[in-house]
Amino acid sequence: MSDFIDFHFDVDGENFVSAGQASVQIKKNLRELGLPPEIIRRISIAMYEGEINMVIHANGGVADVLVNEDKIEIVLEDKGPGIADIDLAMQEGFSTATDRVRALGFGAGMGLPNMKRYTDEMKIESTVGVGTKITMCVYLNK
Amino acid sequence: MKIKTLTELLDAEIICGAEHLERDVQSACGSDMMSDVLAYVKNQAVLLTGLVNSQVIRTAEMMDMICIVFVRSKRPTSEMIEIANECGMVMLCTEKRMYDACGILYSNGLGGTKV
Ligand SMILES: Nc1ncnc2c1ncn2[C@@H]1O[C@H](COP(=O)(O)OP(=O)(O)OP(=O)(O)O)[C@@H](O)[C@H]1O
Ligand SMILES: [Mg+2]
Repeated sequence: MSDFIDFHFDVDGENFVSAGQASVQIKKNLRELGLPPEIIRRISIAMYEGEINMVIHANGGVADVLVNEDKIEIVLEDKGPGIADIDLAMQEGFSTATDRVRALGFGAGMGLPNMKRYTDEMKIESTVGVGTKITMCVYLNK
Repeated sequence: MKIKTLTELLDAEIICGAEHLERDVQSACGSDMMSDVLAYVKNQAVLLTGLVNSQVIRTAEMMDMICIVFVRSKRPTSEMIEIANECGMVMLCTEKRMYDACGILYSNGLGGTKV
């Protein structure tokens, strides 16, 4: 089916207070589409982790959630510093977050592993000095 | 346990969401690290925390939690109350410290994670 919906968001990198707004909106949209609560929860957590990462590590970016008949794809793209060692970044507990970020309740190095855990597929493409693109996929009929 | 009972046990002030006090909660968790809440919480409906910022509410919302308890008399800002009202989150404020607040709820039958 070519029938799909694209929810697009700009994620403001300057504003920690508004961070997560896209994920809140997506949660609403997916509820309206009548998706199962467990699927909605997995997608919103993965998206929220990614959104927070874009704000605290990459000065914002864009997020797209593509709703297909059989799967939901989350694409997060930023023009931040990029990730030098993706395998290392994927390890639980690895974080370059500053003390300021930690004081805000983040920076345990759990976000990327969590995104992988909650989605069926995850791909990270990143170039240092250029930016990062993370694509996650959740299948609906599994 | 009803949120109302939890409020009484913690001698807590209701900041917002008073219309949801009859809702039932089965388990809770306590943390100041939202990263950990996102990574480890399973089905807990209540979050006890000493951290005060808008991401506490967003994190709770993402985890399908319905009640946040701020310990050590921490108070949410008006901006946070607005966010909480938008998503129907109950926010409570207690003078008790984290350890005591968790202990009181636990010993009154509100469990944590079943490992
Ligand atoms: N979009 C991004 N741009 C640049 N670096 C990133 C990005 N996302 C993650 N990273 C890097 O990968 C590391 C690990 O990310 P991860 O989300 O797992 O942990 P964290 O954000 O540091 O802490 P937590 O997610 O537990 O709050 C980060 O500390 C950061 O160095
Ligand atoms: Mg993170």
